[in-house]
Amino acid sequence: MFHNYEVAVIGGGVVGASICRELARYRIRVALIEAEHEVSFGTSKANSGIIHAGFHASPGSLKARLAVAGNREFDRLAEELEFPFERRGELVVAFTEEELQVLQGLFDRGTRNGVLYMELLGRERALEMEPNLSPDLLGALYAPTAGIIGPYEYCFALAENAVQNGVELLLGERVVWIGRTGWWGYQIETATGLKVSSRFVVNASGLHADEIAAMVGITSFKIIPRKGEEYLLDKRVGNLVRRVIFPVPTPSSKGMLVIPTVDGPVMVGPTAEDIDNKRDFSTTRDGLKRVFEHAQRMVPAIRTTDVITSFVGLRPVATGGDFIIGETEAPGFVNVAGIQSPGLTASPAIAVMVRETLLKQGLKLEVRQDFEPRRKPFLKIRKLVEHRDFESLRRAVEAEGKYSKLVCRCENVTEAEIVEAIRRGHLTLDGIKYATRSGMGRCQGGFCTSRVMKILHRETGIPFERMTKKGPGSEILRIRLDKLDRGAERVRSPHGTKGRDREERG
Amino acid sequence: MNRRGMVVIGAGPAGLAAAIAAKQQGIGDVLVVEREDYAGGLLHQCIHDGFGLHRFREELTGPEYAERYIAMARKEEIEILTGTGVLDILESDGGKRLYMLSERRGLIEVEARAVVLAMGCREKNRGNVNIPGSRPAGIMTAGLAQRMVNLEGYLPGREIVILGSGDIGLIMARRMTWEGARVRAVVEIQPYPGGLNRNIVQCLNDFHIPLYLSHSITDIRGDSRLEAVEISPIDAGREPRDRGRFVVPCDTLLLSVGLVPENELSLKAGVELDPVTQGPVVDSSLMTSVEGIFACGNVLHVHDIVDYVSEDAEICGITAARFVRGGLDRGSEVEVRAGNLVRYVLPSRVRSGEGARLSLRPILPAENAVLTVKDGDEVLYRRKYRKVYPSGMLRVPVPRVPEHSGRLEVGFTLAPEGSGAPDGESGSDSFGGEAGSEAV
Repeated sequence: MFHNYEVAVIGGGVVGASICRELARYRIRVALIEAEHEVSFGTSKANSGIIHAGFHASPGSLKARLAVAGNREFDRLAEELEFPFERRGELVVAFTEEELQVLQGLFDRGTRNGVLYMELLGRERALEMEPNLSPDLLGALYAPTAGIIGPYEYCFALAENAVQNGVELLLGERVVWIGRTGWWGYQIETATGLKVSSRFVVNASGLHADEIAAMVGITSFKIIPRKGEEYLLDKRVGNLVRRVIFPVPTPSSKGMLVIPTVDGPVMVGPTAEDIDNKRDFSTTRDGLKRVFEHAQRMVPAIRTTDVITSFVGLRPVATGGDFIIGETEAPGFVNVAGIQSPGLTASPAIAVMVRETLLKQGLKLEVRQDFEPRRKPFLKIRKLVEHRDFESLRRAVEAEGKYSKLVCRCENVTEAEIVEAIRRGHLTLDGIKYATRSGMGRCQGGFCTSRVMKILHRETGIPFERMTKKGPGSEILRIRLDKLDRGAERVRSPHGTKGRDREERG
Repeated sequence: MNRRGMVVIGAGPAGLAAAIAAKQQGIGDVLVVEREDYAGGLLHQCIHDGFGLHRFREELTGPEYAERYIAMARKEEIEILTGTGVLDILESDGGKRLYMLSERRGLIEVEARAVVLAMGCREKNRGNVNIPGSRPAGIMTAGLAQRMVNLEGYLPGREIVILGSGDIGLIMARRMTWEGARVRAVVEIQPYPGGLNRNIVQCLNDFHIPLYLSHSITDIRGDSRLEAVEISPIDAGREPRDRGRFVVPCDTLLLSVGLVPENELSLKAGVELDPVTQGPVVDSSLMTSVEGIFACGNVLHVHDIVDYVSEDAEICGITAARFVRGGLDRGSEVEVRAGNLVRYVLPSRVRSGEGARLSLRPILPAENAVLTVKDGDEVLYRRKYRKVYPSGMLRVPVPRVPEHSGRLEVGFTLAPEGSGAPDGESGSDSFGGEAGSEAV
């Protein structure tokens, strides 16, 4: 197989997907190459889901400029792409006189960055806004333009819409080699043996951006994974906070936060720890302790017993600290590296900046007249149930009978939604989970896992024992028992028989 | 609008027993709603035996026990709506309005005078117990593994570690061994087992499966699929110790770390929950804090054996039927409190001037424990148990609650060794012969 493109984007996180969706507006051939089996499954899916106002980064930095510009795009994006997004605002809370001084500094910085509508609040006002905050606070910085978002849903939506508009999505393709093809551009090879040639290459490979850059001889930066543990609390804890709650930041991190999520549960975290293993996604006892100590200082009602699940994200921190975006000494090879926080916020602006860079490098951009900015709507029954909108529910069910079969009882996900997710290309159990929320509730898949597997089997023919959590190697079930092995002539063995005849072949 | 005297939510052992009792009390139009495609609840995946010794004086498997109740329901001509999930319960003029999604009939609205909650319980999962480590495939609850093996015909893996010694975990240790897997360890954070003694003997000891008490899993390793777990001894302060820590290679980790009543719907309906049982607060008629909504079975509190689920649910069906007919006279009620060494006692209120039956669990395992039910200084009931375990529910008959009783308190005192012959034992008396899988 040989594939020819004008632009190959390596990395299907929010950055790569944003760039592809932007390039999909033009009449060019674009490929999005992702190592994982679902887009967003690197750093993006483990994001805190905050669209920052933009007062944290130093004035003049790429981070500051792109975060403030990116923030403004989200109302339109959320409307076109139908991902969950709410402008809830953020509060930085100060507990000491020194911290109050820092708040003033953040306010000034935000003003210089172009952040609108910020306010410095006294104690009473802050507590009135967020009654569950610790009464020990002295004041707060309020930025109403900040928002919360479903990070993987945003990424799924970008990639889907890009594909809708002609971008080719190559999943499960880990790039192992990149070479110049002399007069025309680059040839890319993946671990499966796929060969892709492309005139331009955009390196948006997150944690692996330094390795990908090194393939074309660029060794000017390194990516250090900065680990962040996050803990999700039971929905029942309720709306402890309405806005994103920050402590006063330290030089290495914005600190550990209390974050309302678009799906209801409150999240606390993340830790910030530089590590050397890019695949270390383990939570730790120590991390749990630290997260809750910090969170409880701001919101005392938070308890560890309310945790329903936890996860780890690795932020790709580049040497120098700021984003690295732009052309390189390798002609036609564009780096988009070191996109840690506020990368999610900045992603729409990053996409525009990359488009401009490619244009300067000689890419011809002819507007596609038939560009469809709207993603195909994805009806979520649980939203109707939450709002007790039974009339809309009745109409949905009358139009499509499968909306009446509940698969996930914690999150009220129906069979029609599972089928829709599969048809949109989610073939791993985690992919279906992230696309529908089936298995994301408080029972964490105890009830729905086998039901989702049955639907996946019926829709795609994938055998049970080949179904994976997140791609090959993460199979859920290992062995098919003889008694259901209808295809084989093997004799049913009695209980307790050991041996190879129980192993599924292949 | 479909109008009913009573709607029972859940067609597991509790729901069926409640509906049958209500029907026999003259509620002709009782409707049972079940989200699965069949009645019987989780009994269908409990293919081991040991069910029914109290209720039927025979040893049955889970599916057989379910079949008995399904047959009784059929005989009573009770309508069971399968493939139907209840989304919401709202107050209405006629009592309660229920919104349901049915695979065959779409969105259904039903008005009911009384609602019986019988949704059962669910298993706690990894997040609830905060196990540190990576997040590979190969980690699932014991109940999901049970479903995979017994109903779907798949073995989750070959080298198994089980965290928690709850009954489902113990039963799965045996089940997986029978299917050719190797169970390398059962790890329990408490210094005593979480499941019934009988299951420790029959499911672990008989198969030489090691049980590590006062140990926990302190790390999970593996990138795509589970590769190993780290097991550490736990000290008295619940902190893991470095000394004695070891690593067990495995491809599957089953979690049997407790059950939680499934009260999402109850909360939507405004039902008040008890923080200890995590089930509804109920009065002597098993009515919740919302008038007309009753609760029974594992949604009320997690029972140890299914026979008691059926028994309690029958009472609930009878009282709910009385309510529908307008004859539920609550009389004067007396509060019941959990005293020394009692984790919880149900119901939290009983009727004065009548007999009552209490269900309770001890906080800790204990020997020579004397249980008393007191009204002030007056002892209404007293019984000595040679051994009690938190895994075993105790059922206590109070002959008569005095008319002018203030408050009943149920508590244990620990008697010194050899002070008289034992006259009771939880674990052999109530639970002897039970394979003890509760109506999971």
